[in-house]
Amino acid sequence: MSTYYAALFADVGILLLGAISVYIILATGQLSLGNAGFMAIGAYVASYLTVKIGLPLMVALLLAAVVAGAVGVVIGFPALRLKGIYLAMATLGFGEMVRSFFLNLESMGGAGGFHGMAHVSPVYVWGWAGSILLLVTLLERSRVWLEMCAVHDDETVAGFIGLNTTVIKVSAFGFGAAVAAIAGGLFAHHHIYIEPGNFGFERSIDFVLAVILGGSTVAIGALVGAALLVFLPETLRFFADWRLAAFGVLLVLVLLVRRQGLLDRAMFMRSIFKARRA
Amino acid sequence: MKGPSASPLLRLINVSKHFGGIKALDGVSCTVERGQIVGIIGPNGAGKTTLFNVITGAYRASGGDVVFEGESIVRLPPHKIARLGIARTFQNIRLFAGMSVWEHLLVAQPHTEVALRRLLPVGWADPAACRRADEVLALLGLEDVRWRIARTLPYGTQRKVEMARALTANPKLLLLDEPVAGMNTDEAADVRALLLRLRENGLTILLIEHDMTFVMNLCDYLYVLDFGEAIADGPPAVVRHMPRVLDAYLGEED
Repeated sequence: MSTYYAALFADVGILLLGAISVYIILATGQLSLGNAGFMAIGAYVASYLTVKIGLPLMVALLLAAVVAGAVGVVIGFPALRLKGIYLAMATLGFGEMVRSFFLNLESMGGAGGFHGMAHVSPVYVWGWAGSILLLVTLLERSRVWLEMCAVHDDETVAGFIGLNTTVIKVSAFGFGAAVAAIAGGLFAHHHIYIEPGNFGFERSIDFVLAVILGGSTVAIGALVGAALLVFLPETLRFFADWRLAAFGVLLVLVLLVRRQGLLDRAMFMRSIFKARRA
Repeated sequence: MKGPSASPLLRLINVSKHFGGIKALDGVSCTVERGQIVGIIGPNGAGKTTLFNVITGAYRASGGDVVFEGESIVRLPPHKIARLGIARTFQNIRLFAGMSVWEHLLVAQPHTEVALRRLLPVGWADPAACRRADEVLALLGLEDVRWRIARTLPYGTQRKVEMARALTANPKLLLLDEPVAGMNTDEAADVRALLLRLRENGLTILLIEHDMTFVMNLCDYLYVLDFGEAIADGPPAVVRHMPRVLDAYLGEED
């Protein structure tokens, strides 16, 4: 595998984690356009811990996830009062807020960025991405996930069947933020240089796009979406300068033909609960 | 017919619900005895569904008290009321859009299990929940549609799924909002047989229904609501002949 493709491979892994972070929050019916903000928190906290404190990367990533998760829970509470487009706008504002926070944080390099992290390979990135994908795929078969789906489908009825919708929605925000933070920490240690501009609005949109394209009702959809988002523009190279336009056309076509994304939950309905008889 | 007992399952004491100047419920009191099927009838707009919404916590009562098993539940949020053992169905069917029948039956089961188990795949970690879901599937004859997305099923079947979702929670009190609305005679007869069987097993049922034949043949006791007030109550045989009830339904004679 050439260095170039190895880099793309790592990008898919990081995008996959970002997409999963959006997917988890979206599973409770909340659209977050600010997950690059959580990713930034993860990237900066993890880099600080490895470079300045000297912690091992794995510990740093987990701590970064805890910090971002806590921020996610804090964001989750005001998010309860917002729905649809208003929540999207508010989270977008949060993402930009985090970006400008790190822009002004001189102790972490400010606009000049931060470096000094030890490089990790695409394989390391995929160790995390694959494990988290597996974890979420297992979680999808659990009661808690069904409860999240219930909140997504009809929050009022979810309350009537005994679900604490506040806890479910806020926890989803926290969990999603933690996954985004791991994506950020891996990004920082793969690219060994971060600056606030890495975590702009476009990255949040990429996460959402990967989920919508691959299928927003099943975790494996995030993998398909992330892979397509990274590799499809590459395979369209024969369009030369028009390749991104061609990619855009393909995206629109996919969404017109399959609004639910390439994969959907119904395809896996049987397998999800097949193992139920011991 | 049992007489009023010292500890009824549910008591509404002088319950009011005002929306601005509109009195949707105005001082309604009623009692639901354990093991009975109690009906609420009344013309459209009488406040029947509002009453359900107050009992289940969707609306906060403007006045009065709701007592379930001796404890006031009038200030509790819906999920806490549900966990005490009150389950309901809806006048306009409200199923979870993306879920199969089977998933409806798993998600509505009570939260007795430890947190860790709830995070693991249901099939491996919670055979008891699967058994309970199987039981309820069989009870309602829904085995053949278990993997179907519930919303894609015929109307009468969707009503059954809604009832199944309410039953998997093992409620003490089941609230049914027009359980046979839009059903044909055969389907309604099925529901009637089912409700009688549930009562045999000790379940208490409070239901709203417009189908008078259904109500009169099924209920142990009736409350009649009109313009937010309980204007009459009694066993069906008595209520059906009360002049006030006839007035409310048929209009007064000039």
